[in-house]
Amino acid sequence: MSKPLAIRLRGVVKRYGPITAVAGLDLELPEGSCVGLLGPNGAGKSTTMKMLTAQAIADEGELEVLGHRLPEASKQARAECGVVPQLDNLDTTLTVEQNLVVFTHLYRLGRGERREAVERALEIAKLVDRRATKVDKLSGGMRRRLLIARALVHRPRMMLLDEPTVGLDPQVRQELWALIDGLRSEGVSILMSTHYIEEAERLCDSVTIMSHGRAVATGSPADLIAEHAGTEAVEVYGAPPKLAEVEAAARAAGLSTRRTGTSIAVLRLDSANGATPAGERRPANLEDVFVLLTGEDIA
Amino acid sequence: MTRTVAPMTPDARPRRRLGRLERPALAGVLVREIINFSSYWRSSAFSSTVEPTIYLLAFGFGFGSLVATVGGYPYVEFVGTGTVATAVLFSSAFPAMFSTYVKAEFQRTYDAILAAPVDTEELVTAEMLWIAIRAGTFGCTPMLVAMVFGLDPSWGMLTVPLIGFIAGFGWAGFGTTIAAAMKSIENFNYVISAVLTPLFLVAGTFFPIDQLPAWARTLAQLNPLYHCVELVRDAVFGWEGAADLVHLAVLIGFGLLTWRLAIWRMTVRLID
Repeated sequence: MSKPLAIRLRGVVKRYGPITAVAGLDLELPEGSCVGLLGPNGAGKSTTMKMLTAQAIADEGELEVLGHRLPEASKQARAECGVVPQLDNLDTTLTVEQNLVVFTHLYRLGRGERREAVERALEIAKLVDRRATKVDKLSGGMRRRLLIARALVHRPRMMLLDEPTVGLDPQVRQELWALIDGLRSEGVSILMSTHYIEEAERLCDSVTIMSHGRAVATGSPADLIAEHAGTEAVEVYGAPPKLAEVEAAARAAGLSTRRTGTSIAVLRLDSANGATPAGERRPANLEDVFVLLTGEDIA
Repeated sequence: MTRTVAPMTPDARPRRRLGRLERPALAGVLVREIINFSSYWRSSAFSSTVEPTIYLLAFGFGFGSLVATVGGYPYVEFVGTGTVATAVLFSSAFPAMFSTYVKAEFQRTYDAILAAPVDTEELVTAEMLWIAIRAGTFGCTPMLVAMVFGLDPSWGMLTVPLIGFIAGFGWAGFGTTIAAAMKSIENFNYVISAVLTPLFLVAGTFFPIDQLPAWARTLAQLNPLYHCVELVRDAVFGWEGAADLVHLAVLIGFGLLTWRLAIWRMTVRLID
């Protein structure tokens, strides 16, 4: 028997005037798993996240979050979700602890539960020593940890993370990955939008690649790589005319290619019958899949 | 005999259907405001009370030296009661316009609140209640200052905070509606110059409106600030019966109207 679904979207459409931001999206998130929404800017990831908290209302399609139909029952769904927004919206003139206390009220914790919830959140954010510090005195990484911990005060069954590590140092990013991975191991369902390939590869059980408001591929990172990029790729470096030549030759031989900016990556070497171009061999990765499926040209 | 068993749900927690305008949601938003207030109350109390007090002193003693009594009251007492409405306006319409806009657009506070189990209707209602409470409190300052200059205490004064609350609720809704409808904070200048300043001047605060031309008197009847001025004055100097009920009804109607308008405009702004 399959697991119950924490999120179920069917044929969801969202238009802004003449622009269709989400164009018939299907998405499933089995309870307890971590699903990544991967896609370039403008693919409809943020709009999708907003629809899940009814901060955007879909024009068509069915949305269900934790068994609640949206938008009618979105308040119940929100009561059981934790939301980490892309833009930091902490109260900067309040202390770390005050920010958490506010959210224990917004998430309706009982009088007797609030203190413990705040302490737990401080520990999750590793900000126990900083409880009395005003938010505008915190570093970027600390603010992000607080933003995540704030969404956890009510022990939600599901987390919605919108680009949780955008604009952060690699060290800070790793720290947040550890935090998110810890939540996943506790059985919290997670939907995470990102455009960092590595983030999706490391954290997600399943990835849905979005392009132009649709899901163009869904599967585990390994399956997606195997299906769309094969096992091995070769990177050919050189001057632009040489790269164009390599690209044309590979295409003629029926191989997929992608430009990396400084080289041409020839993919699906395993299915190549005949000579493969000389270059640096490397395992195919999710980035290859991403570019193959969402296109090389920037909109 | 058969026993009915409750259907299985994925988790054991009770699933009460959440309704509209719930107390815990309102309380959550109010708690946020109260905790925030602890960090800025000085500047807020200062601007909301000092400005009307300056008006009171400037007009009370400036004009007061030319005219001894107006409408049968010493001029300082006439202005002292009138500027209660000014203090209510300053501590409700302006914060509602500016802080609503800042929280919606720059701090993104409302995005965070609406991701919690709080609806726009509850958010707007709680924010208006909070501003109204502050307006009812700060509104009393000019009256207290006037008492220092000889205004006699009366039982009716005890209702002044409530009058300030009701009027402040209406102005809070007005300010919130403007903030939600405006595309840029610079546009507030149009509203302040073209709407609030005239309403402020034709409210019977500094001079009685019965000497104004007929069109201005009619306009004043439509001005909620005028009804607030009159109601405060009657509360302090003696009730006028039916006339006060009309003033009260106008203020309540104004509050209900701007409350629904504010919810509507904020929903348009915050929910895509």
